[in-house]
Amino acid sequence: MQLDSDGRTPSGASAPGAAGGTEAAVEARELTKRYGELEAVSHVSFSVRTGEVFGFLGPNGAGKTTTIKMLCTLARPTSGEATVAGLDVASRPKAVRRRIGLVFQEQTLDQQLTAEENLRFHAVLYRVPREQVASRIRRALDLVDLAERGRDLVSTFSGGMARRLEIARALLHTPEVLFLDEATLGLDPQTRALVWKDVLRLRDEEGVTVFLTTHYMDEAEYADRIAIIDHGRIVALDTSDNLKAAVGADTVALGTADDEVALAALQAAGFAAKPTAEGMIVLVEDGESAVASLIAAATVPVRHVRVHRPTLDDVFLHFTGREIRDEPGEARSGMQLAWTARRR
Amino acid sequence: MTTITDPAPAPARDRAADDTSLAEEVRTAGMVWKRELIRFARTRIRILTGLTQPLLFLFVLGYGMASLVGTTAGFDFKKFVFPGVVAMSVVSTAIFSAMSIVWDREFGFLREMLVAPVSRTALVLGKTAGGATVATAQGTIMLVLAPLIGVHLTGLLVLEVVGAELLMAIALTAFGVFIASRIARMESFQVVMQLVLLPMLMLSGAMFPLSGLPHWLAAITRINPLTYAVDPLRQAVFAAQQMPLAARERFPVGVELFGHTLPVGLELGIVAAFAVVFLTIAVRAFGKPE
Repeated sequence: MQLDSDGRTPSGASAPGAAGGTEAAVEARELTKRYGELEAVSHVSFSVRTGEVFGFLGPNGAGKTTTIKMLCTLARPTSGEATVAGLDVASRPKAVRRRIGLVFQEQTLDQQLTAEENLRFHAVLYRVPREQVASRIRRALDLVDLAERGRDLVSTFSGGMARRLEIARALLHTPEVLFLDEATLGLDPQTRALVWKDVLRLRDEEGVTVFLTTHYMDEAEYADRIAIIDHGRIVALDTSDNLKAAVGADTVALGTADDEVALAALQAAGFAAKPTAEGMIVLVEDGESAVASLIAAATVPVRHVRVHRPTLDDVFLHFTGREIRDEPGEARSGMQLAWTARRR
Repeated sequence: MTTITDPAPAPARDRAADDTSLAEEVRTAGMVWKRELIRFARTRIRILTGLTQPLLFLFVLGYGMASLVGTTAGFDFKKFVFPGVVAMSVVSTAIFSAMSIVWDREFGFLREMLVAPVSRTALVLGKTAGGATVATAQGTIMLVLAPLIGVHLTGLLVLEVVGAELLMAIALTAFGVFIASRIARMESFQVVMQLVLLPMLMLSGAMFPLSGLPHWLAAITRINPLTYAVDPLRQAVFAAQQMPLAARERFPVGVELFGHTLPVGLELGIVAAFAVVFLTIAVRAFGKPE
């Protein structure tokens, strides 16, 4: 059932909480969206397992949001098809929407209502049975540690609290798939970490599948699998470990009691070792498991060891030839404006 | 739907569940309605500012004109303009409530509503019902001023006024929802409303009698839906007063169309027809998908 962008066999990524995974939570086949001449998303295919955290990583304008919009039935695909929770997005939009939770880049709370009132509004619109509304609201607020603030107006909330409330709201109707579209944009690192703690807890406790887009490298690390998207195409799709492995070897930096002796000994033992100012670096397949044999082969006492694995930054550079670093994107400045405006 | 864990393929799923039941639609509209009421109750300042303009018209214009128009058999301009001021209060509150859609768009909440698996009809009906309730409440608050200017209130009159207000409020809120759905920015909405709201009020008979106007002006007042809402309100108020014939002639009521004076029922029917038309176009305009 697994489809991959360029026909590669997908890795055996572990998806904790995956309930067997017989049915893909999200499946896209040749999904394409054209706006006039511009092909925002081009023949994208992928499959997300139930209970998986799946990340779309790419720069602004890569097609991440357009893909999410199609999956959430907010934009019609120009061609190709997609199913969410086993339902076709084009022919059954309402049924799809009932089974998904959405958190957007922009805030979508009513500032003049309390947290509870916002949640109740959502519960009714998403047909939460009357007798369950109160208990679900309580549970949702508990999940994001906002139980104490339920009766406070949202206008008194910080950006991070509001965002966590939105995540709680998105889960109120027990969706099968939670879509997070750059949900942590504009939040400070501590708040982002807090939001992520919530999301992962929800995945573990509620078994919800998470589909996220981000252009923060460190956030992509939370995903079980990552699709790197650039210019509307998936250029790579795998676990972050496999993606990094595809980029190249790990490097182990060593400093020893006698670097000359150690370097010669390592090279004699068949390691690809090169001298550096602080000692030497050795290119190996798997840095962590190579450390023991490197120390043994060095023949002299080793003073320090540092293993460097390729980062997702390296991965992105490798696959797109560009760095993802914050391009001056409109999304970000727009967001900041929105926040300032909201503070009034 | 409790078959969430059922891995059956799409066609096997219950298609009928896609359509929301009438009860669900009503529940949704009720929630949207309730939200309007909560927001209204929470912004007391809005209730106060909503009162200032009608008060200005009632007392400043009322006393100012009273000296010019004079008193006929104990009936003066203040009593004449009172129902008009009530209508004015209803209309501006209704439009202001509808305007909150533009705010909702600006602050993102509109999106929360539009992505929900509910019908646009339920959203628009809830929004309109909410705005209309608030507007009717605001208009009814004006009735406490009646004794101050010597307008006699009866239980029946209050009921009639509330009924007429509600109908007028529904039509005007729906109209406002339609305009607000088409407008992305707050500034544009205010411009449009200045161009529409004030002329509509001025040309509705709220401020002066509609008889004896020049033809062109009379024609404009007759295509103004508000004209048919203000007159029944005034007729109801006048019917509850002790009005000598001289006063009735001095301050005439009724809308003449093609040489016939329209019965109140027909006037109300015209307002209702406008309400239906505005609601229909509002539903169509509300939140077109990409």
